[in-house]
Amino acid sequence: MASVDHSIEKHIEAYKPSFETMVPTPFVKFFRTCLIWQFIRFVAINIKMILVVRKSH
Amino acid sequence: MARLIVMGGGVSGHTAATFAKKWLGSNHEVVVVTPNANWNWIPSNIWVGVGQMKKEDVIFPLAPVYKKAGIDYRQAKAVSIHPEGKEGSDKQFITIEYTGQGKEGQTEELEYDYLINATGPKLNFDATPGLGNGEGQLGPNTVSVCTADHAVHANSELRKVFEKAKTEKQKIVVGTGHGMCTCQGAAFEYIFNIEHEARKAGVRDNLDIRWISNESFLGDFGIGGLHIKRGGYAASSKLFAESLYVERGINWTIGAHVSKVEEGKLAYEQLDGTEGEMEFDFAMLIPPFAGVGLKAYDKAGEDITGDLFNPAGFLKVDANYAAGAYENWKASDWPRTYQNPSYSNMFACGIAFAPPHLISKPMSSPNGTPINPTPPRTGMPSGIIGKAVAHSVCDLITKGEGAKLHEASMAEMGAACVASAGKGFTDGTAAALTVYPVVPDFEKYPGIGRDLDYTFGEIGLAGHWIKHILHHLFLYKAKLKPGWTLIPE
Repeated sequence: MASVDHSIEKHIEAYKPSFETMVPTPFVKFFRTCLIWQFIRFVAINIKMILVVRKSH
Repeated sequence: MARLIVMGGGVSGHTAATFAKKWLGSNHEVVVVTPNANWNWIPSNIWVGVGQMKKEDVIFPLAPVYKKAGIDYRQAKAVSIHPEGKEGSDKQFITIEYTGQGKEGQTEELEYDYLINATGPKLNFDATPGLGNGEGQLGPNTVSVCTADHAVHANSELRKVFEKAKTEKQKIVVGTGHGMCTCQGAAFEYIFNIEHEARKAGVRDNLDIRWISNESFLGDFGIGGLHIKRGGYAASSKLFAESLYVERGINWTIGAHVSKVEEGKLAYEQLDGTEGEMEFDFAMLIPPFAGVGLKAYDKAGEDITGDLFNPAGFLKVDANYAAGAYENWKASDWPRTYQNPSYSNMFACGIAFAPPHLISKPMSSPNGTPINPTPPRTGMPSGIIGKAVAHSVCDLITKGEGAKLHEASMAEMGAACVASAGKGFTDGTAAALTVYPVVPDFEKYPGIGRDLDYTFGEIGLAGHWIKHILHHLFLYKAKLKPGWTLIPE
């Protein structure tokens, strides 16, 4: 039987503020530190930031 | 030859002084008056506070940099402004009191043609009983990451708690130490870096980490929150902030004014009138900011401090200070040129200028205690404002009094911000955010006040890389190394 991943709901408690928000799935958390994907995001974020910096000067 | 005096050598003052000297050359004089011997890249103090950087990594001595630039550096604190001169002389001047250069305690009058006030904040620890030591400094009950020395001390106390957490439960509280604090971002970064380090040290399960702040909702950050496009929705920063706190197992108490701090315990009052206490083994609470206490006198020696500065001690500029209630606030209330309305050769930049009002909606408890974040004027906006003010002064000097002033309204500029959530080349994360404009403009962008095409955010390793690169980039720029002007503020 496959084990159940409880990491998503680890800190959630019903009828507490933690119950009222969204939490990342393991898929999302994996990509946050996935080197290849983060390198792509590094380029994308830099472009977005440069646009804001240019617009602000 | 004209003389420009810049009071303050932080992000805004340093930017203003160095650009002014570059543009004015040797034909005119630029003087920097700052009580500090070192420049501090404050955004990296949080990494000193968790032992991931040393103090030496975030500071450098100012004297050699200013010598190289041809800037007259006075290690002194500005005491008073005399914008009309004194009896027998029309020449404007400031008085300073040396804190270094072998002249400690000596006072001097410095005449000026143009004056930029970039004195930054006074860390007003004593606004909360027990947060300060009664003499204006950090008290013994909590730690701070506002200065590099504070951060070193914070790390040393944190390590003691981590050591104890190997065998027993420990309570950590991080947040704001007063109902009128700003700089929630620094506390936000610190709490997640502590959590990250605790996991690395294997003591996370024995730590109860709690957030306390004056924000009415998580993700307000003193700018009334923001919306980000994600998954086909424009989602509030509240959702993203709460999500991160839940993910990391950090509980929060918000809308809170910390009213008293004692050893191992703090008392707070919330927006709904609830009063409570929180125990801790380690607490890092950001103090509220105030002006540095500059005085001003007219030609006859009469005190005109109240005319030049707002009650918190920040210099009045070309803002609309009569906007009144929140419903009447407009983006156009925010200053554009940062010129003082009474004295046209006087400007302010960075935290030193008096904002017209808050950015977040004003709120108070049933007892009438104001509990709301005050507006941030740090980071990218303070650099851009410093540069714009320097540009204006240089044009006034070189083109004459009729020169058009440069503008940098926080309601028309964006900000890029990277908030660390843990340091590490492969396992670090940071929230990379851009917001445009900093001050929401609800007339131009109804509903959310911001341009969704330029307001963006995501958390990940890429954000951490960017924050680390920015650390080195801004220190390089501040040291005026080759090509420094190419690095934007």
